[in-house]
Amino acid sequence: MNEKELIASRAAALLQPGWVVNLGIGIPTLVTRFVDRNAFCFQTENGLLGVGPPPPADRVDPNLVDAGKRPVTEQPGAAFFDSATSFAMIRGGHVDAVILGALQVDECGRIANWAIPGEPVLGVGGAMDLMSGARNIIVVMTHTAKDGTPKLVRECTLPLTSLRPVTWVVTELATFAVDGNGLILRSCAPGVSKETILARTAARCRDGEGLDQT
Amino acid sequence: MGHSQLGATIVSATTAIDEAVRDGMTLMVGGFGLVGAPLTLIRALNASDRKDLTIISNNLGEPGKGLGETLRLGKVRRAIGSFFTSNPEVAEARDRGDLDVTLLPQGTLSEAMRAGGAGLGGFYTPTGVGTLLAEGKEVRELNGKRYVFQEPIRSDVALVRAHRADRLGNLVYYKTARNFNPMMATAADVVIAEVDAVVDVGQIDPEAVVTPHLFVDFLVIAEDTL
Repeated sequence: MNEKELIASRAAALLQPGWVVNLGIGIPTLVTRFVDRNAFCFQTENGLLGVGPPPPADRVDPNLVDAGKRPVTEQPGAAFFDSATSFAMIRGGHVDAVILGALQVDECGRIANWAIPGEPVLGVGGAMDLMSGARNIIVVMTHTAKDGTPKLVRECTLPLTSLRPVTWVVTELATFAVDGNGLILRSCAPGVSKETILARTAARCRDGEGLDQT
Repeated sequence: MGHSQLGATIVSATTAIDEAVRDGMTLMVGGFGLVGAPLTLIRALNASDRKDLTIISNNLGEPGKGLGETLRLGKVRRAIGSFFTSNPEVAEARDRGDLDVTLLPQGTLSEAMRAGGAGLGGFYTPTGVGTLLAEGKEVRELNGKRYVFQEPIRSDVALVRAHRADRLGNLVYYKTARNFNPMMATAADVVIAEVDAVVDVGQIDPEAVVTPHLFVDFLVIAEDTL
């Protein structure tokens, strides 16, 4: 299992059977490899509830795609709908969880994932709506940037996506929960010490009860 | 043009663009990327001499494709949408000063069209409160939660993509090609729907109609598909 798959598998373990789940682009799309698809219902904001697995190459329908524009299928019981209805589901609190990526997470659990200063700010998509309305928000990301810079920081230097904190932050090293007082280290990945995690984390965080390696 | 007779008029894409679109107009164009974009109408628009357009669409196509070609031809003065990252030429045009870009969260964009079509004066959304995209907008607290005000959006013309129409203009859509099209069909003075087929009245189950015919003015048969 590579690093991204490890992150996705750890995020998958946080989902509760029966949930309606929206998956962002990138690592989040790997999560379906680690869950029983029939135990969940996947929603994609471009207008499908009941997203099925990608089709074989000879069965691709160019008009049946997910939000990352990748070909998908529809599950039995699926429903198609327009964008306003899709975001009524999302803003209105009808989606149980969203799994999305982030560039930075601050120590209150707020994320920046849509804009980089100095680069053109030309895409937000559904990120802000998902942050405002999904019942649980699971961030999946590598623990540090490619140059080793921590992504869990005291304050985001990039523009925030929302003032609302996320519920969980999952990296290849650790899983953090978020409560009203900030980040709580919940579990360390196998073979990873707490010292390693803290050395690569700029945000302050607390130890959870029963910190274990899972 | 307009609503002088019952039923939608079946025309060519070229005729529809020639009759409905004028320089300087605001156009809504359906699609999530190229999926659900009215590619035949966009080709006719690109072949026309219309310019100085404001385009309201989730994206501006891909480089040189769909609305991406409209941009390359220099016909777009302003773009309102949620995700222009998939066409880097949008940022280039903006940086040259050739294009004014307004970014809205996707749910705010689609709801603003719905409000525009439904005769509402706008709405308050929790999306974006406290972020760069809410700067300069009214914020109101309701029951302890903060919301940002969004005005309704309308346009002169909407170019939408549906699957089938009947001769009255009732529309049904196809899978994820539906996306923004149904809201756009309600929020423009003139609505042109590009469809795969036009069937006789009575051939579409009334329970299956997504866009009732009173919203639709012109029907164009699709020639360009994904």
